[in-house]
Parts: sequence; structure tokens; C-alpha cells
Amino acid sequence: MRFRLKEGGRIDRAQRLRFTFNGRRYEGFAGDTLASALIANGTHLTSRSFKYHRPRGILTAGAEEPSALVQLGEGARTEPNLRATQVELYDGLTAAGVNAWPSANCDFAAWTGRLAPLFPAGFYYKTFLWPASFWKFVYEPTIRRMAGLGRAPEAPDPDSYDKRHVHCDVLVVGGGPAGIAAALAAGEAGARVLLVDEEATLGGALLGQRHKVDGVDGAAWAQAAAGRLAAMEEVRVLSRTTLFGYYDHNSLSAFERRTDHLGPGTPAGMSRQRLWNIKAGRVVLATGAHERPLVFADNDRPGIMLASAAQRYLNHYAALPGERAVLFTNNDAAYEAAHDIVEAGGTVGAVVDCRHEPAAPLAPKLEEAGVALHTGSVIAATHGTKRVRSVTVAKLGEGGGLSGEQYRIFCDSVLVSGGWNPAVHLFSQSAGKLAFEEARGIFLPGKATQALEAVGAANGSFGLASCLAEGAAAGARAAEAAGFGDGTPPPTPPVEAPEPGAITPFWLAPGQKPLGHGKAKHMVDHQDDVTAADIRLAAREGFRSVEHVKRYTTVGMGTDQGKTANVNGLAILADALGKTVPEVGFTTYRPPYTPVTFGALAGRDTGPLMDPVRRTAMHEWHEAEGAVFEPVGQWLRPWWYPRPGEDKHAAVARECRAVREAAGILDASTLGKIDIKGPDATTLLDMVYTNAFSTLKVGRVRYGLMCGDDGMVFDDGTTARLGENHYLMTTTTGNAAHVLEWLEEWLQTEWPELRVYCTSVTEQWATVALAGPRARDVLAAVAPEMALDTDSFPFMSVKEGIVAGVDARVFRISFTGELSFEINVPWQHGRRLWEALMEAGAAHGITPYGTEAMHVLRAERGFIIVGQETDGTTTPHDLGMDWIVSKKKSDFLGKRAWSREDSRREDRKQLVGILTDDPKKVLPEGTQLVETRGQPPIPMIGHVTSSYESPTLGRSIALALVRSGRARKGETIYAAPESGFLPCKVTEPVFYDPEGAKRDG
Amino acid sequence: MLWIDCPWCGARPETEFRYGGEAHIARPDPATTDDAGWADYLFMRSNPKGVHAERWMHREGCRRWFNALRDTVSNDVLTIYPMGTARPDAPGDEAGGG
Amino acid sequence: MAEAAAPRSPLAGLGKALAEMRADGVTIAEGPARTRLNLRLDQKDVEALTAAGAVLGGSLPRTPNTAATTVNGTALLWLGPDEWLVTGSAEAGAQLEDTLRARLDGRHHALTDVSAMYATIALSGPLAREVLMKGCRLDLHPRAFAPGACVQTSLAKANVILHQTDDAPSYEITVRNSFSVYLATWLLDAMAEHRPA
Repeated sequence: MRFRLKEGGRIDRAQRLRFTFNGRRYEGFAGDTLASALIANGTHLTSRSFKYHRPRGILTAGAEEPSALVQLGEGARTEPNLRATQVELYDGLTAAGVNAWPSANCDFAAWTGRLAPLFPAGFYYKTFLWPASFWKFVYEPTIRRMAGLGRAPEAPDPDSYDKRHVHCDVLVVGGGPAGIAAALAAGEAGARVLLVDEEATLGGALLGQRHKVDGVDGAAWAQAAAGRLAAMEEVRVLSRTTLFGYYDHNSLSAFERRTDHLGPGTPAGMSRQRLWNIKAGRVVLATGAHERPLVFADNDRPGIMLASAAQRYLNHYAALPGERAVLFTNNDAAYEAAHDIVEAGGTVGAVVDCRHEPAAPLAPKLEEAGVALHTGSVIAATHGTKRVRSVTVAKLGEGGGLSGEQYRIFCDSVLVSGGWNPAVHLFSQSAGKLAFEEARGIFLPGKATQALEAVGAANGSFGLASCLAEGAAAGARAAEAAGFGDGTPPPTPPVEAPEPGAITPFWLAPGQKPLGHGKAKHMVDHQDDVTAADIRLAAREGFRSVEHVKRYTTVGMGTDQGKTANVNGLAILADALGKTVPEVGFTTYRPPYTPVTFGALAGRDTGPLMDPVRRTAMHEWHEAEGAVFEPVGQWLRPWWYPRPGEDKHAAVARECRAVREAAGILDASTLGKIDIKGPDATTLLDMVYTNAFSTLKVGRVRYGLMCGDDGMVFDDGTTARLGENHYLMTTTTGNAAHVLEWLEEWLQTEWPELRVYCTSVTEQWATVALAGPRARDVLAAVAPEMALDTDSFPFMSVKEGIVAGVDARVFRISFTGELSFEINVPWQHGRRLWEALMEAGAAHGITPYGTEAMHVLRAERGFIIVGQETDGTTTPHDLGMDWIVSKKKSDFLGKRAWSREDSRREDRKQLVGILTDDPKKVLPEGTQLVETRGQPPIPMIGHVTSSYESPTLGRSIALALVRSGRARKGETIYAAPESGFLPCKVTEPVFYDPEGAKRDG
Repeated sequence: MLWIDCPWCGARPETEFRYGGEAHIARPDPATTDDAGWADYLFMRSNPKGVHAERWMHREGCRRWFNALRDTVSNDVLTIYPMGTARPDAPGDEAGGG
Repeated sequence: MAEAAAPRSPLAGLGKALAEMRADGVTIAEGPARTRLNLRLDQKDVEALTAAGAVLGGSLPRTPNTAATTVNGTALLWLGPDEWLVTGSAEAGAQLEDTLRARLDGRHHALTDVSAMYATIALSGPLAREVLMKGCRLDLHPRAFAPGACVQTSLAKANVILHQTDDAPSYEITVRNSFSVYLATWLLDAMAEHRPA
């Protein structure tokens, strides 16, 4: 740690940490970041750039870092593209720079840098044009290998993540002086306060400076304030937490890194990272500012860094940037960095100030210490390969070019400062409008559209005293808005800090050759390798909109979202277009502020908790019997129950035969059930079903078809009349919630005069469908007191009674064509009923069957499934179900639409049966049907909606929607070319027991 | 995340609601409405940039429908009002009045 | 009425996991079987409201997001402007339903037995709020949510009725049967970080 100062800083010299970077072993101290530890060791080269594989180092000391991106850790826990400036050091840390193979020090792809003239702006759009197929196999894989950033881990993530919702009166974003002052003011007023800060300790900019607050070191003041905040019951401080998204209605999201600083592997039960979803009354944005680089020739060599970053490394981490530094600036404030280095015993070779007559208060002090001051000058060139070794300084001429003599100054670090950009990212995300201030060349928060206030540096107030004052005022105001305090801010502590001083915006330093000529690159966007010449080229090629230039050149499109690049890029574009910056406009910042892991976004919603699995009362029985499950909505339903050695085909065939020949039972609990009561219940049903319910007798059941007012079928089911004004409606499994909402919608919005109450009872009842010629015998054994003969209990009727010792409702309805009872018992007795039926049915060959057998059985009988035989464009007439459409009712949902021209077309797709000439061929569902064989394109006349091998018929069967289908009965049509033009006969869509003779057993 | 004031349950996150599209689309008399009128009722909706009268239903809560005026630019919910009542005046609502 | 057969709770399969869960500051348990009646009444029908109140031993709450407990221990949960969930002991069941039905006869109402439709999970202790806030978007802070508060909302990905019963705080979570295993599994998982080391 050659560049570590003997004393000072806030690292813990007692705790030595070992780490490996780019294959080399290093040591650092507790409290270091990876970047600060590398700098203390004299290592600035971290990685290679995205496009040209130029050697890159550490530019910043924080979240805005565009270039020191690293791949952290190994194996399943490796994480790409982390900013070395934000990775806290832990013992045993292993990392490597991205984009370099085999290493940043010796990169095989560095030749791309020599080919740079071949990679201008829009390179991808211009080069990889043809042939299209090359994109998939040649261009994209090659580009990804060459220009991708880090690697994603290939094994599942071993860590756990979670989420938390939180409400507060006042959310303060940023733990610098302004944020601390705001949190103190709001917290003391009694408001519920949440302070979110991305660093390990509060302090923000104070951590990088030697300013004093309340008579003590700023960082010490921040620490004391943290203690005061921790003692307030209604204040919560989240450190190591990045507020990354500002959404509507003061909803915000933050990303907390709970264990990353401890190294890989999370303590038992603890999540590695946590996503906080915040709902705030008012928000105080104290997000600070980012120093902006100056754009000059080859300004991206390792060793070139922001002045404030060097200052932070020096004052907080006690690490000097190098042996000899040069400062290049356009403002007074940056002199402080040079001054701090000199004070700490380091060497500053020169200060290069592009202003002709600067009057920085610290200038005389520096000159006294032997620092050469070059005014009206710029760095015209930098030299060195893997580290800057010297710079060439020249005077600025009248016309903006260089003039006079050029000096070579030896140095191993260059501190640059182009001024400060307020961190307006979250303000912009909140849909606030930005305003441009010409004098300092900065974008400021303008008109806010949400309940927020930006304060301190984020608001363009760079002085420490004004940061504290604005923060305290905003905190007090926000608390008052929530009903706490009178809005009077508490007094703020005295400070000892210089005012920010003067600045002259300066966007582009001339090089030794005209821009775009020669090898020098004026780097604007360090992450995406976008140069000033690229932006000028885009302007020359006719790009005018900032949004287009951004996408064409990729400026600001990296994982850093151009935090250091955007404003410089905009100003250079404006200059090239001969416009002002506000005229060019600004691109919108979008979440996330810095990248967020997928793990945190997913939280606990992974694996078994990803989505609720809805289980019936008999679920555990099905599981124990080895059922294969089918997801239906969120439900899991038994699909089939394989016996040892059986495949799906064999199991389904056996289950179907059992229902046709003996008895089967199906768990039908998932069907929706709605209890409908009220004097106008019948009127409601007459309006929502196509058929009439006013004629239904109490104790009887009717099948109904439900349509939208567009005339299209959207649900079906049976409804039983339990009393004069009391019905029980059933719905399909997937539509249960939707149908209840449908009824409520009409009742509440269109027909409020109807006196009807609808209540879901889906999960009050467990439902077992008992079907087959022996069903009556099985039921009789468990319901000895119930009269089950056809006269006492006819088809389409309902009975209440005791089944398996439990109060039950039994419906005589059938979805298989066989004699069938649907038995409903209270949910908690479902398992008992099921087991009683299995026991009673053993002598009759009872067989549990799943949804696949149910589908085959109903298709044999020609019963539709809504969503399979219908697709939202299917009318009852298309389905051949005119019999269920009332001719007498004057109005009901759907009726009016059927007289529209399109609904009356003769050539609509109609439901038909399809029998392949070859009975062994089972058409895939969705198969397209055509009229003739021949060379495609051939017009499609329909498609297969259901297709099965029917064990009952011993052949394949299918249902299909076919244009003018009913008129084609008996004709031969063909399954689409993919099926080899298989000939098929169009038939009635009923293959089994068309007369319904089996339903009574 | 929008937070919408259910007239009964108070402010709730939008994930608790079902959006019901444009408000004040009355079902016309099917006997006297021609095909074009019926198609208009079924399919045609306004899509303003600005204040929009729309329906919401508090699905995860009381299951009641209500109307709201929402500014589609700022997403501010300006006011809520019961089903069956006319569109109220609201600040910034130039199309309003009723 | 059939002879009483042992009902099987939808959470029976998680019984062991619930019983064995130990965490600092929060406990979890399945609530007992209950009588639950869904009652729909026009809230402008004062006569019907009065009649119901007389049978129940207390007024049906008219304030949204609240529950009331009557003198005979019946809880009356506000679900909507014309909807309540009446919950009482399992034994109270049939009689309560019959009496209510008789008293409301002739008035437009709907009384529906939903006793078997839900499971209840009781969560209690100083950290119960922290656990719930991992999946509840509503503000459960004592300034916003106090004993007697009762809301229908989403908890994780399940719709629930969340009723705070005391300021321990204790919560009674009513969830439809089919979601109960998911929700209990989610809660156990959310409590895991508070397990004693």
C-alpha cells in the first residue's frame, strides 16, 4: 500500500484485508472500497473499454463510475459489471476487470483500438447489414463476445432475497449534509421519516472533504447525527441502500445490500439483498451532485480521475492518487483537491485552468507551495499506455484552437473538474421538468409534478451552509405537511467551508489535431466508448433529435446511464448543431438509477412461492396416489393417475374405459360456484344467459351459455334453482372470479335497480363428480337414505341429503355423457367423501380420473370447452347451439350483436367433428385445415380445436371450427401441409351416444 | 404504483383494483339502436391526453365499482364519484362540467 | 343434520411445520374452526340492520375497514357497504344462521353459510408487523392501523381479510382454503429470519 498515508482517513488500519484483483494479490484495510484499495496500492488500470478495449482506470469514487467495472466473485455467486468504487472490500475478495481477456494488463482484443477509424458512430447500423441470417449466427455472437460487459453466472443463485413494504411521512433520499439536516428536522417534529443512503456511512460529500460542521470534522458531525437519528423512534435509516426508482404517487423503490460487504454467503435466515417498496407522503431529494469530467484528447487513460474523487480517496481512504498530479479545471472549487494533496504531503505538478483570468482563492496558496499555474490553457494531449505518464499543455487561442508553445508535464495522475451536475435523476424519474442554467451549465430541478422537494447540491446549491439550511427547511416543511410541527426549521450548525466559487462552462478542449483526425480520442462516454467526434459525426449525418443521437451514438446508454457523459455530450451536440442546450433538449432518466439484481426484484417470489398453487381438499390424496398434475389457472388439478408402468396414453385410456364401463370419480372442486339470491335473481339470469331461467322449476338444473354484449361466448355452466329466488350458478374453473365480477359489474353499473346479491361459494364446497354406469350403485352405498332412481332423482335436478355422513348437495348433471352425480360437501369433508366413495366403489371398479380423461370423454360426447372450442370470436350459432338461445326473450346480453351483418354471415367458422381417414392419426390441436391439396399458399378454412385418441371409439376424433362447416358435412378436407395433407371427413361434432341414452345409466 | 381512493376503503394501491375502461358508456336500447350505434357502444372509446372519466372496481377489497377522473398525463386521480352520477367538475378538467 | 364427522383443515398438511415454528418476537398458529356467515343487507334498510343487530348482540359496523366484537363473542367484519362476515364459534353455527334468517325474513337480504370456505392464521408478537410488511402494501403502523382495524387486501399473492385483534400486535388472517397452504408457507418463510440462532 505504497500510496497509503501513514495517518488520517477513516479506514481501520488495524484490520488488514487480503484480496485478489486481475490475478494479483493485494492488501487493503477495513473501510476500503475495491477502488480505494487499488489506488492505495498504486493500481489504476482496472479494465478495458467496451468497444476499443482501451485501458481504463478509476474515474470517480461513487455511483457514477462509468469505467472501473469489475466481475466480482466466482462460480454461482459471480456478479458482473459492479462499480469498483462501490464494492466494499472484504477479506478474500476476488475480482477482475470486465472486457479484458486474458487480463486488463494484456488484452488480446486491444487491436480493435488500432482499427478505431473503422468503428465510427452507428458502426453496427452501417456494417452488419447483410445477409440477415448472419445476425443470428455470426454478427451477434461475435459482437457479444467482443463487446459484452461481464459474464452472468451459469449456476442458480445460492443466496436469498426479499422485499419489504414501508410507509413514511417523509422520505429523505441521500445521507449527505442536506439529507441529514432534512431527516433531523422532520424526525424532531415527530414525523415518520425514512432516510435512504447508498453508502456504508452517512456523510455524503462531507466524507471527501475537510470541512467542519459545528466545530468538528464534517464526517464526525455526520456520525453524531446518525446517532441522533437512530435514537428517534419513528426514524429509520437505511444505509447501503440505493433509491433506484421514483414512480407514480410517491411510490419509490430502494435496493438494500444487507450482507455484500461481509463477503459471499449470507448468514442463515438473512436475505442478501432487500427491495424496499416505499410509499411516501413527501419526498426530500438530497441526492447531491456528480462532478463532470472535462473532454480533452485521450482523457480516458488510467490515472485520470475526477478531482473530487481524488479528494475523496485522499481524505476518506488516506490514499494518494499518485506520485505527481496535474489538475485540469474550469472552476475554483476543484483547487481544493490540489490543495488537500499538497497539505497531505503529495505533489501537484501543475494546475491547468482553461479560464483566462481565474481568481481561485486557493491559487496563491498553491503557487506558494510551488505549483505551476497555467491559465487560459488546456491539456492538449496525454501520454502513456496503461497509465498516464505525462500531459501536453497549451494555451487556448482566439478561435478556440491551440496557440503558442506546448509544454510537456510529467505526472502519473490527472485530476479533472468540469463543474458539478446536480443528481437530478430521481427528480426526472418523478416526471419533474428539468431547467437549464446557462451560467454554470447545469440542469436543475424545475417544476415538480409530485409531492417532493430537491435540496442542496441536487438543487444546485453547492455550498455546505446552504445544503444544511435547505435540507432543514425542506424537512420541517415535509413534516408539517404530514401534520407534525409548524414548518419552522431547527437552527443549522455553523460551518467552516469555502463557498463553491466561480465556474466557466467548458465543453471541449482542442487537441493537437482537429477533432476526429489522428489517433487521439476525446472521450465523452467512457462506458460506451463514445467520443466527441462521434457526436459531431452524428450531427453531420443529419441527426437532430437528442433522442436519436443518443441511440445512434449510444451516448449515455450504458449501465451508468451516462452520469458523467450526458451533459458534456449534449453541450457538444448543441454546439455542433449551432443551438443552445435547452433547444436540443434532454433525454429522460429512467429507473433504475444504478443496476439492481434480478434476485432482489424477484424477492421470495421464486420456486414454490413464485405463484400461489391453489389446492383442493383432496389434493394430498391425489399426490399420494401419484397423480400427474395440470395447472389450470392457479389450481393444480390431477391430469391423470398413472399406475406402475403406465404412460399417459395408457393411463388416460384406462380411466376413460372405467367411466364408460364402470365408475370413475373426478375432483371437480375447482369449478366456480356463485350463490345468487334476491327477488330479481331470475331477471338477472335471464339477462346474462342466452336461454331462459324463468321457466326453470325449483329443484331443477339448467345448462347455460353466457355471452358478452358482442355476442361472443365467454362462459358456460349449470345453474340450479334452489328456491324461488335462490340459485346456485357454476362456472368454468378458469372463469370463476371473472363471472362473479361480470354479474357484479352489470348489477352495480347498469342495472342497480335489480335486487340481487351474489356471493362466491366456490371454496365452501368440495365437489366430486361420480360418473359411469355403476355410479348409482356406488352412491347408494354411501347415501343410503337418498332416493336415486331416475324418477325420484331425474337428470338435471338437485337434491340435498346426507352422503358419507355429511350434509351434501347432489346434482344430477353429466359432462361425460354417462350417468353422473356431482356431490358437494363442505370443503373440510371433501377428503372424507372422496375416500368413502373410493371404498364403496371398490367392488364396482371405481377409478379416479383426471382432466385429460375428462376432456376425451366430453369430446366424444361433443361437449365444448369454453376457451378451447371458443376463442372470443365464437357465437352460440357458430357452435351449433341455437337450441340454447332463447327466441322469446326480448333482450339479453349478446342478442343484439347477432343481427349484425358479420354475425349473420353464412361462411363463419362453425363447430364440426373431424375424422381422419387414417384412424390412427391424431391431429395436433391447432392444426390448420384446407380445402385442397396443393402448393402453398392455400387458404385456411379452419383449425382443430380439440383432438384425442378415443378409447371408446378405438380411433382418433377431433373437433374443429371450419368455415361454413355445417354445410361441409360428409366432405373431405385436408389437414395442413405440416400434417402431409391428411384427408379428413367433416362430421357431426358428436361421436358417442348422440341420443343421450346413457345419461340415466 | 398508483394509489387510488376507493370510496369505501380509502387509498389503496392500484394492484387491488380492476380497471373498467371509460365511464359513462350506457348500454343503449338494443331494439332501437342500429348496427353502427351498437358497434359504437361496444368498441369505440375516447383516449384523451388529459382528464379521463373512467371506471374502477376495488377487486381485492369491497368489490364496489366507482368512477374516477384521472389525468392521463400526470396520473393524478382528481376525484372519485359514484356510479350513475354525472361527470363532476374537477380542477384542470376542461372537458368536464355536468 | 348429519352426525358430526371430523373435518379436515386445509392446513392439516402443514400442522407440524406450524406447530414447530419458533421465532423471536412472533408466533404463528392456525385459528380454530368457525361459523362464518356472509350477510348482505341494504345499509339503508334500518329495520333490517336493527333486526340483525338484535340477533347478533351488537350493531353491524358501518365504518369501512373495521370489525366489531359483540357481547356474545361474535365478530362482525365489515366487508363492504352492504356486506359483512359474521364469525362465531363453530357450535354457534346452525342456530345463529336460523335465527338470523328468521328475523330477516321478508327483507331483501342474503345470508350465506361460508363456514367451510376459509382457514384462519393467527400471527402475533412485536415482530408480527414486520413479517406482514414483507407482503402487505397497506400501512400497518400503529398510527394507521390499530386493534379493531379489519381490511380486505392482498398479502403476498393471496387475497385475505386482515383483522388486528390487539396491540401485541395480533392479527387474524382469513384466507380462502385453496390459498391457505401457499399463504402459510409464505408466512413461515417470512418468519425464518427471526428464528433463534
